[in-house]
Amino acid sequence: MAEVKKEATREGYGKALVELGRANKDVVVLDADLNDSTKSDYFRAAFPDRFFNAGIAEQDMIGMAAGLSVCGKIPYASTFAIFSERAIEFTRNIVARNKLNVKIAGSHAGIHTGEDGKSAQAIEDIAFYRALPNMAVIQPCDSVETRKAVFALAEYRGPSYMRLLRNPLPIIHGDGYRFRVGKGEVLAEGGDVAIIATGTMVHEALASIELLKKEEIAATVVNMHTIKPLDTELIRKLAEKAGCFVTAEDHNVIGGLGGAVAELCAKECPAPIEMVGVQDRFGESGKPAELYEKYGLTAKHIAEAARKAAKRR
Amino acid sequence: MEKAEILGLKRTAKELRKAIIDIVYKAQSGHPGGSLSEIDMLVALYFSRLNVDPKDPKGKGRDKFVLSKGHASPGLYAVLAEKGFFPKKELDGFRKIGSMLQGHPELATPGIEYAGGSLGQGICFAVGLALAGKLDKSKAKVVVMIGDGEAQEGAVWEASMAAHFHKLDNLIAILDKNQVQETGRTEEVMAIDPAAEKWKAFGWNVAEINGHDMGQVVDALGRAWSMQNGKPTMIVSNTVKGKGVSFMELNHKFHGKAPNEEEYKKAIAEIEAIDVEKFG
Repeated sequence: MAEVKKEATREGYGKALVELGRANKDVVVLDADLNDSTKSDYFRAAFPDRFFNAGIAEQDMIGMAAGLSVCGKIPYASTFAIFSERAIEFTRNIVARNKLNVKIAGSHAGIHTGEDGKSAQAIEDIAFYRALPNMAVIQPCDSVETRKAVFALAEYRGPSYMRLLRNPLPIIHGDGYRFRVGKGEVLAEGGDVAIIATGTMVHEALASIELLKKEEIAATVVNMHTIKPLDTELIRKLAEKAGCFVTAEDHNVIGGLGGAVAELCAKECPAPIEMVGVQDRFGESGKPAELYEKYGLTAKHIAEAARKAAKRR
Repeated sequence: MEKAEILGLKRTAKELRKAIIDIVYKAQSGHPGGSLSEIDMLVALYFSRLNVDPKDPKGKGRDKFVLSKGHASPGLYAVLAEKGFFPKKELDGFRKIGSMLQGHPELATPGIEYAGGSLGQGICFAVGLALAGKLDKSKAKVVVMIGDGEAQEGAVWEASMAAHFHKLDNLIAILDKNQVQETGRTEEVMAIDPAAEKWKAFGWNVAEINGHDMGQVVDALGRAWSMQNGKPTMIVSNTVKGKGVSFMELNHKFHGKAPNEEEYKKAIAEIEAIDVEKFG
């Protein structure tokens, strides 16, 4: 079997910004002195006049991005996911409240970030952004999807938060892939359980299919790249078809993808849900694979959750 | 500017002081103190300086005014109504359900360029506006007003650093230094002085004036408008919170409280008694 190419989603972000910047002169990029890490530095190198380094000042960065957006610019503002949270009330009161066309990107999200430890591992960012009216919340699962999402967001009028990841992930999408904001992508179909995954966990979910097959459990796997607006139509359909869910995310099980699915199911399509995610605690230093094992975020854990969910039907 | 024009602005300011009291009284809610301190500056801006058109509030190339201290919305609403951005009868709806005039400004209201309400953010937003102006090679000015209590917010200094770094000489900031914030005197809550020296150290042009002396206000704005030395300009406008109503002056209790009927009558009578020739 040919080796799958790997690339971090932040790489996809940086490269896409350059392409987008070439096509659209209104695109401007801001960063808070992490452009080498978020990869928005590729844009700085290509278009220095349209790149603004806010310095280590996330609140000012969001305020500036908002000001630029009302003058017709399309600002992409990136930093680490965790530090974007410092400006969450700026994002709430200037960007989301006024529905401004600001594209926030937070890299190094989740415990997948690894060695930097708990201070850097944002596990609550989805919950923060998802609770803001008007915000779209997106987490691509590979670099190709990230590129497509960057372009899709340029066309999407309104504020958004894109969650990016530090470490390389297998590329599962081809160049012909069409990214649609708010439309989940069904990667595998099976009638016994629906696994709704986002980001890194899409790959774990795909790996869990084989484990489940051995027990004759057929799983549907969805890449839920858009956590808000949630693809409610797809979830409702799956509630009927599979009758139970596993949600999988490298994020606290409170307020993230699992929360979003649970909110919908409780209201409209009751079904058992098992949530794979960080169980309301902070992470620690370590290699991503070690942390995923310790915190219960592997294919094996998803398979276990799927078994439980199927039994609860 | 001719003396008669200055006198005209002073008369407008006097009228709008009454409007502020009226707006807040009718709503029985709102922030009179900071509205009364800013009003002379706002009148000078809107009636002598800003290139804005009530008939075309989103006009290209217009100057933009950002009220970062959004709680002082009654002052801004009074000015915008007087200027003709919306009918004066809208002022009666201030803070009421369904009203165009929300407690803190919203972008949907004609003439509003910034939705304030959370301190320390408007100046960051204004830096973004000024950056866009530079990218577009626009001649328009961006003017932002902040409060002295507001200067306690760290983001004010992030923005002040950035404005100098990006050489934003199209940006004019006004510090409405009215000396009082919600719980007391600013110098007792968290002193910001020496304010002028702080912005000088941040690389800004700094002017310091009496913000109730219309002549000084108009002069300072004129000088700020002509500055083209690659630096942003700060006008430290020394004012008195509640200016023009004796029992509101420097009284933190009227930061965010409406007058009762008796207070209302007294306030209106005091404002009517103002001799505009001597005011300042």
